[in-house]
Amino acid sequence: MTADAASAPAARPDAPPAGQPPDRGPRAGGGTAYLRYAAGKAGGAVVSLLAVLVTSFFLFRLIPGDPVKFMTGGRPVSAGQLAAYRREFGLDLPLWRQFTDYCGKALTGDLGTSYQFRAPVVDKIADALPNTLLLTGTAFVLYSALGILLGTRSAWRHGRVGDRVNTGLALTLYSVPSFWLGLLLIIVFSVGAGPVPGLFPTGGMESGGKEGLAYAVDVAHHLVLPVITLVAVEYGQTLLVTRSALLDEMGGDYLTTARAKGLRDDLVRRRHAVPNALLPTVTLIFVNLGRTVAGVILVETVFSWPGLGGLFYQALSVPDLPLVQGLFFVFAAAVIVMNTLADLVYPLLDPRVGR
Amino acid sequence: MTTETAPPTAQAGPRALAWQRRRHSVARFWKQYRTRRAGLLGLATLVLFALVAVTAPLTVGSDVSSVTAAPGRPLQGPSGELPLGADRFGRDLLGLLVWGARVSLLVGLLAAVLSVAIGTLVGVTAGHFRGMYATVMMRITDWFLVMPTLVLAIALATVMSRSLGTVILAIGVTSWPTTARLVRAQTLAVESRPYIERARALGGGHRHIMLRHVLPNVMPLVLAQTTLMISSSILAEATLAFLGLGDPTVVSWGGLLQDAREAGAVSSGDWWYLVPPGVAIAVVALAFTLCGRAVESVLNPRLGVAR
Repeated sequence: MTADAASAPAARPDAPPAGQPPDRGPRAGGGTAYLRYAAGKAGGAVVSLLAVLVTSFFLFRLIPGDPVKFMTGGRPVSAGQLAAYRREFGLDLPLWRQFTDYCGKALTGDLGTSYQFRAPVVDKIADALPNTLLLTGTAFVLYSALGILLGTRSAWRHGRVGDRVNTGLALTLYSVPSFWLGLLLIIVFSVGAGPVPGLFPTGGMESGGKEGLAYAVDVAHHLVLPVITLVAVEYGQTLLVTRSALLDEMGGDYLTTARAKGLRDDLVRRRHAVPNALLPTVTLIFVNLGRTVAGVILVETVFSWPGLGGLFYQALSVPDLPLVQGLFFVFAAAVIVMNTLADLVYPLLDPRVGR
Repeated sequence: MTTETAPPTAQAGPRALAWQRRRHSVARFWKQYRTRRAGLLGLATLVLFALVAVTAPLTVGSDVSSVTAAPGRPLQGPSGELPLGADRFGRDLLGLLVWGARVSLLVGLLAAVLSVAIGTLVGVTAGHFRGMYATVMMRITDWFLVMPTLVLAIALATVMSRSLGTVILAIGVTSWPTTARLVRAQTLAVESRPYIERARALGGGHRHIMLRHVLPNVMPLVLAQTTLMISSSILAEATLAFLGLGDPTVVSWGGLLQDAREAGAVSSGDWWYLVPPGVAIAVVALAFTLCGRAVESVLNPRLGVAR
């Protein structure tokens, strides 16, 4: 989130300063060294995933109160019915049996049955996943591109008015709660404020009853406001990381050489400085994905987007333990997998590292 | 600050000398901080908000959150006597906003202090004691680092009772790993200096070295980290309150936003209900970020923050 959140601008503390990416990977050796490195990273990821699985089980058992009471919603129910519910969800077993059952099922891809929907958690997640991927993917591409573009410009002309405006705006949007920005956009562009008519739908993903191209246009129409919200609150981080990575490169002798060769300023930037600054930036973009997950949950809730985040919010309000548990696992797993991918790709991208 | 310090004399004891050195470094720090315009702006904003929050009992009084003694009609728009309008119970929104500053600032501050305290403890000990202990601690830190912080905080807030303590705890125990990483790196750097070896040779124990030598050296870093962490804690508090996981009995900015959404302020276009709490959150979070960045750039000019 947040929380590692605000520390991120410019100098993201948990990762070493730009220019010194978190893990330099194998220093010497050829293919085998890389394989050993990759195996180590993948092994670490598997351990993390198992740890998340265990945590998600025990964390949510701490909820005070009887889950069966939640399910029946305070309706008068006979003791026999309660017992039947307990048996249906396996809640009559001792905790350690519940745990071994949970782990065994989880390994075969079964995350239990949702209390609320009476449907397998895996199915609910599978239904919502494509929608979340569409929203997150679009926003991710846009905010990374925007952040890198503006960050490069900002660093290249650092200290000037343009840089100050850029950095100031990025920091301001970075401090804005994403859900609030979403609500404001709905008021202005969906409900309509003053002279602005309601341009975009207030929420959801489609108006229904459309097919083919019309359907795609309809979904894109619904996608505009959520994507704008996500891009606005997330691009600042990429901008600041890119800016400081490029500033680190700008003192480099190789840039002086490039200029001495008579290259235009523009070419020096595009061909020489930016590619070097981009390497640490790309890693940090992936490391920062945890914050994006938080943003996605809020934005989907505000715009009633039928994705994982919206599902998480629904599940929380019940609380629908198996669903919350399953989603918790999916969110954490997504971040772990992306981080591992970044770790694996980094030594391949940077020829200075490794072979 | 330096005016009251006596000139260094041969009679000054080691304690007095140490204090003098500290006063000097504070003065030096302030001299450089003063040149950061954004940092000064952030600081001024914070002082203003802090004053408003501290004097709230005098200016608006604690009965501002009372539903029975509400001065306006529910969802009344801004007017002369209620400059920001009334909420869904007819309470004065300006008063609620002022009163909410207390909770938001307090939670942000305490959560950040808790988080930075855990991070510093883990970081210093993991940097000081090498070997098995450090390996295990850093494994745990790494694990917390990859967890999506908000999801974890939401999970914690769900399983505990609805209270401010829960919110503080949920934010504090999930956001410390960044600090731990930073502090550990700094601890390792400090411990490799010769004067630590000297202290050890003179018989200084673990506690002495960590408290008297390492801690004072990581304090500046911890200070910058706390400032940045407050900003994100305030955002986290607002988020949790908005998701309905805050303390329902107290007024906070995030809680006001949740109220507004539940009252249908979005679909009826009641922007005056939604805008002020969000602006307040953003301004305070931005002010803390600006201060934190200014502190960081003074302490570590290589960062290129203020270049």
